[in-house]
Amino acid sequence: MVPDHPTSDLAGEVRRVAHLARLALPDEEIPRFARDLERILAHVRQLQELDVEGVEPTAHAMPVTNVFRADEPRPGLTREDALANAPASRAGLFLVPRILE
Amino acid sequence: MSRAADVAGWTVAEAVERLDAEEISSVELAQAVLEAIGRRDGAIGAYLHVDADAALAAARAADERRSRGDRAPLLGVPIGLKDNISEQGQPCGCASRILRGYRAPYDATVVRRLREAGAVLLGRLNMDEFAMGSSTENSAFGPTRNPWDRTRVPGGSSGGAAAAVAADIALAALGSDTGGSIRQPASFCGCVGLKPTYGRVSRYGLVAFASSLDQIGPLTKSVDDAALLLSVIAGRDPMDSTSLDAPVPPADVARTAPDTLQGLRIGLPVEYFIPGMDAEVEAAVRAAIARAADLGAEVREVRLPHTRYAVAVYYLVATAECSANLARYDGVRYGLRIPAEDVIEQYGRTRAAGFGPEVKRRIILGTYTLSAGYYDAYYLRAQKVRTLIRRDFEAAYRECDLLAAPVTPTPAFRLGENVDDPLNMYLGDILTIPANLAGLCAISLPAGRTASGLPVGLQLIAPPLEEARLLRAAAALERAMGPRERPPRTEEAR
Repeated sequence: MVPDHPTSDLAGEVRRVAHLARLALPDEEIPRFARDLERILAHVRQLQELDVEGVEPTAHAMPVTNVFRADEPRPGLTREDALANAPASRAGLFLVPRILE
Repeated sequence: MSRAADVAGWTVAEAVERLDAEEISSVELAQAVLEAIGRRDGAIGAYLHVDADAALAAARAADERRSRGDRAPLLGVPIGLKDNISEQGQPCGCASRILRGYRAPYDATVVRRLREAGAVLLGRLNMDEFAMGSSTENSAFGPTRNPWDRTRVPGGSSGGAAAAVAADIALAALGSDTGGSIRQPASFCGCVGLKPTYGRVSRYGLVAFASSLDQIGPLTKSVDDAALLLSVIAGRDPMDSTSLDAPVPPADVARTAPDTLQGLRIGLPVEYFIPGMDAEVEAAVRAAIARAADLGAEVREVRLPHTRYAVAVYYLVATAECSANLARYDGVRYGLRIPAEDVIEQYGRTRAAGFGPEVKRRIILGTYTLSAGYYDAYYLRAQKVRTLIRRDFEAAYRECDLLAAPVTPTPAFRLGENVDDPLNMYLGDILTIPANLAGLCAISLPAGRTASGLPVGLQLIAPPLEEARLLRAAAALERAMGPRERPPRTEEAR
């Protein structure tokens, strides 16, 4: 079943989800996204009225499965190409802030 | 350009004919189109980036190939690309701040095929950020204006592509269609927009939005041009495992179509003539359908009973897929980075600063519906209803060969009219979304204008891989409806 959220909870949900999605939203943006989420969820809730018992989900419209190609080496991006767009790189590597103490 | 006052207004087919007849060189043609962009795109804002040097170099190469007897199908034809289709060495920013400075390190398969066919690539066309939107107002670089009425939107998300083709500052363009993003702007701007069957055209090098729905297709000045471009870009590609190994309709499939529609059964989905639809849109579409009946088609009503659920299904499926696809923009490998002490904080700040409000809204919705406890209720249920929508079409196509319908419930709306009401913006896509959900092919073609002069589109929708049937019927109707209308021109330098 779909939970029925009052708006105050939805603000909390937006914070939780924004963290999961790695979006550092400023506090003043939260109510707006909570309102939008509430309206959109109210609209999509109409799907609950349908009986989908025994209906297979469609993940892709075309029935294509298990497409294989020969496992052979082929040209790819050079290290230089791959790093060309990096905001920061050093010694042929992407540079990020320290992640281990 | 004394021999041709309006070179940039040519169709692709006209340009090829004149290039073949050596009435004009590829370089002269490219120069004329680049001049038209320079003179007029200031009033439209279709292009985000124009690389005149690269275009002229490609045109010189095309002239060289032609002088050696090469007759590749698009040799010397100037074409624009939506800003989400990778073109090696060129910006490919999806009209987003988060891809600031990014240049594509490789060609999309469609771009490789265009180059092999001799096309001259003009530049990058504006769009809603990451193709999320229906008005091109979600571009981080400002909106594109509708050439028919500059106070109105060109539609979206391929708004720059549609506006450039309509305003004769590109001979043709490639866009992408996830929920109507080729057909709706084509309809708003009065050009032809083809969404091929899912899998018909390789998505390799198309920046992913919703991978089970995205499809590249042409925006053109004629149905014939759409067929020609499709024949170049379509076909199986080992780089896209979802691309289909199926015979591609020949380039002349529209040109050689008979004038009659005798024997064709056209279904009118009653659910597509929705309450509240603009009366002039409905009248223009019904007049076009009457024209089809005059040409011999048998027109009958059909039912697609799950249509009303399509927008809900789409916004659950597309946002779930986008929330996963856009996880890659983290400020590590490319694009914007807002530095922070801690890498998690750096991701968060980079993404908060780099994405616009609509992209954030969709990432939030998609992450929410995929998060623990909600998956079955939202995403899985949406996929099941997607099956019901697909079955509606299968049943309808047992009674008819093609569906005919409006593209949108209204003509082009005003800039700013819907920006504060995302749900209302989404609901405007109700007539285009189902073809994406069901993997069908569909085309929008001009079907007259409203009293105030705004274009109206007719949508034809065919079963999967029936592009030949779709293009033949569209070509016959296009001929019956008369020559293409052109918008007024405003000179305003870029």
